Amino acid sequence: MFLRHAVWYYHAFLYSILRYHVTVRDALNQALDEELERDERVFLLGEEVAQYDGAYKVSRGLWKKYGDKRIIDTPITEMGFAGIAVGAAMAGLRPICEFMTFNFSMQAIDQVINSAAKTYYMSAGLQPVPIVFRGPNGASAGVAAQHSQCFAAWYGHCPGLKVVSPWSAEDAKGLLKSAIRDDNPVVFLENELMYGVPFEMSEEAQSKDFLLPIGKAKIERQGNHVTLVSHSRMVSLCLDAAAVLAKEGIECEVINMRTIRPLDAEAIETSVMKTNHLITVEGGWPQFGVGAEILARIMEGPAFNFLDAPAVRVTGVDIPMPYAKILEDNSIPQIKDIIFSVKKTLNV
Amino acid sequence: TGVMPSKKIQLFYHRNYYILKYIKIENFHFELFLFIFWKKCDLHKLEEGPPLQAVLTREEGLQYYRTMQTIRRMELKADQLYKQKIIRGFCHLYDGQEACAVGIETGINLSDHLITAYRAHGYTLTRGGTVREIMAELTGRRGGIAKGKGGSMHMYTKHFYGGNGIVGAQVPLGAGVALACKYLGNNEICVCLYGDGAANQGQIFETYNMASLWKLPCIFICENNKYGMGTSVERAAASTDYYKRGDFIPGLRLDGMDVLCVREATKFAAEHCRSGKGPILMELQTYRYHGHSMSDPGVSYRTREEIQEVRSKSDPISMLKDRMLSNNMASVEELKEIDVEVRKEIEDAAQFATTDPEPPLDDLCNHIFYNDPPMEVRGTNPWTKLKSVS
Repeated sequence: MFLRHAVWYYHAFLYSILRYHVTVRDALNQALDEELERDERVFLLGEEVAQYDGAYKVSRGLWKKYGDKRIIDTPITEMGFAGIAVGAAMAGLRPICEFMTFNFSMQAIDQVINSAAKTYYMSAGLQPVPIVFRGPNGASAGVAAQHSQCFAAWYGHCPGLKVVSPWSAEDAKGLLKSAIRDDNPVVFLENELMYGVPFEMSEEAQSKDFLLPIGKAKIERQGNHVTLVSHSRMVSLCLDAAAVLAKEGIECEVINMRTIRPLDAEAIETSVMKTNHLITVEGGWPQFGVGAEILARIMEGPAFNFLDAPAVRVTGVDIPMPYAKILEDNSIPQIKDIIFSVKKTLNV
Repeated sequence: TGVMPSKKIQLFYHRNYYILKYIKIENFHFELFLFIFWKKCDLHKLEEGPPLQAVLTREEGLQYYRTMQTIRRMELKADQLYKQKIIRGFCHLYDGQEACAVGIETGINLSDHLITAYRAHGYTLTRGGTVREIMAELTGRRGGIAKGKGGSMHMYTKHFYGGNGIVGAQVPLGAGVALACKYLGNNEICVCLYGDGAANQGQIFETYNMASLWKLPCIFICENNKYGMGTSVERAAASTDYYKRGDFIPGLRLDGMDVLCVREATKFAAEHCRSGKGPILMELQTYRYHGHSMSDPGVSYRTREEIQEVRSKSDPISMLKDRMLSNNMASVEELKEIDVEVRKEIEDAAQFATTDPEPPLDDLCNHIFYNDPPMEVRGTNPWTKLKSVS
């Protein structure tokens, strides 16, 4: 009898720990589920989202719950179904258009930019387009060049779009909910390697109305010596690098951008004015990238005068992504690259 | 005009139609109902086509005449203003194709939806825009239908989704609108137009597939004016039977210069969609008098004789006018009066369009996002921060 109680308490204890840990995938799933429930006009379309439960299982269980009308499997015709999603948004629905990966969004990029992003402006406010384009972005593992491109910079370039790049489970849930409730086209860049990563979810984040504002960065770790600015999976690497550097007495301030467009330049500037050093870290290519934009803004803004060393970027290598593991590993930033760049910037 | 017997039936042949004329007198007013029989439309995967007769009342006839004439004169005025450099950029004129826009609109309701490509001025009018707003948009003034921010190719009204510049992109959009109609269960349909040039676009075939698979209430309409910019249909398409290109989608091909033909076919197609049978495809054979746009004289790839022939034999407005006059549905004076009124409306609109001020510079950065708090937009240099409101 006592043993049974002990076992029960043990499981309850475990459960109470595990309950507060949610993977990014499950957080996205929760967000989709809650928003589908909340608003009849929200629906999801894309390849394999319904009966297959999602190519990466992000939409698991949703088709069973909501049926064919709300969760729609499409043929492999990105340009066509992205256009259909945009048209549905124009006519009053709130579609979530999933690209199996953002590499395939290139087939449909005209619909995202010319039909979705620009329409509210061209119509001088007559025609809003409340749509979310979501899917995994950037490098995965061993998927080679055509399946590994990061689209943050390309989409971040265009006015009329909001571009969001979450890192943690809380980010994923709060930002996806905000994106779905936003009346404008939102490009929601997830990351396949982050889907299975568990994060602690606060009580607040478990509420059905938990929203995170689009356009506001978060300081994941406070520090005084150097500012590391990053988005998506690279935030993990920055935190790991910061942990290693802390042992040597270098305190990094790690900023999780959360949103690419509109960029929270103010948060970065405030941090730089404190630490006097800036390094941006991203998985995408260097030329005309997210880091390039951040550096340009710092140059043009009040924080420039506070820099004690040139601001630099840590980026993916300027090549198409190779396949062999050793080559792939050396094509994207590693923790040692961040540590190296920090020490160079601080001249230690 | 004089005393008429209470009933008179005459049957005579006019062009390739048979006309059954039925004249009735009620309370000293003449009401003329014109029954028209014409040759069957070409059909694809359809057992029956639209009915072979149509009733045209006097009132309808005058209204169609007025609307077509308004579009015609509006486009000609735009031509004039463009040559005076008061309109700039792209200007794709619709004269010659008026029967399509007017015929389609009379076959659907204003509560239905419509989307087209860039040759959109006629549709902007039939979908509820005013000539004033349209012309002021062409001249880029604040009184324009898109406040001067869209221009010729980006005009919108309620249930009219433009005006789209990217060839073929409007077709999936239209199917998306149809999906929304089906989703919301409002019994509305979407008319989705494209040209013979666009008909070869891949995304259109992607759309045919999904529209048919999901039985979307979408009428695809190909306005075949025989030329995609400077390329004739024979040089662009392996199959110029555009009404068959939908393959598994039933299709019909008809004379797009005859407003009644277009109306009856549209009604037929709308009924098909509303009954849940899925999409349908219509090919309207029509013609544009102007070149592709104002920068194309339109005579390097076709002969002046060809243009003249269409003008004299198949002009949509002349056709309707002849039909009404030769059957005593209206008098020459009445139609002339309409012409005068239309001319005046266009003149007033042109006057407005040339004198209305340009949009204020404060409006430059507005309308980026809907329902968002005001934000800052970077100007051309780092010191210029511009204000943007929803």
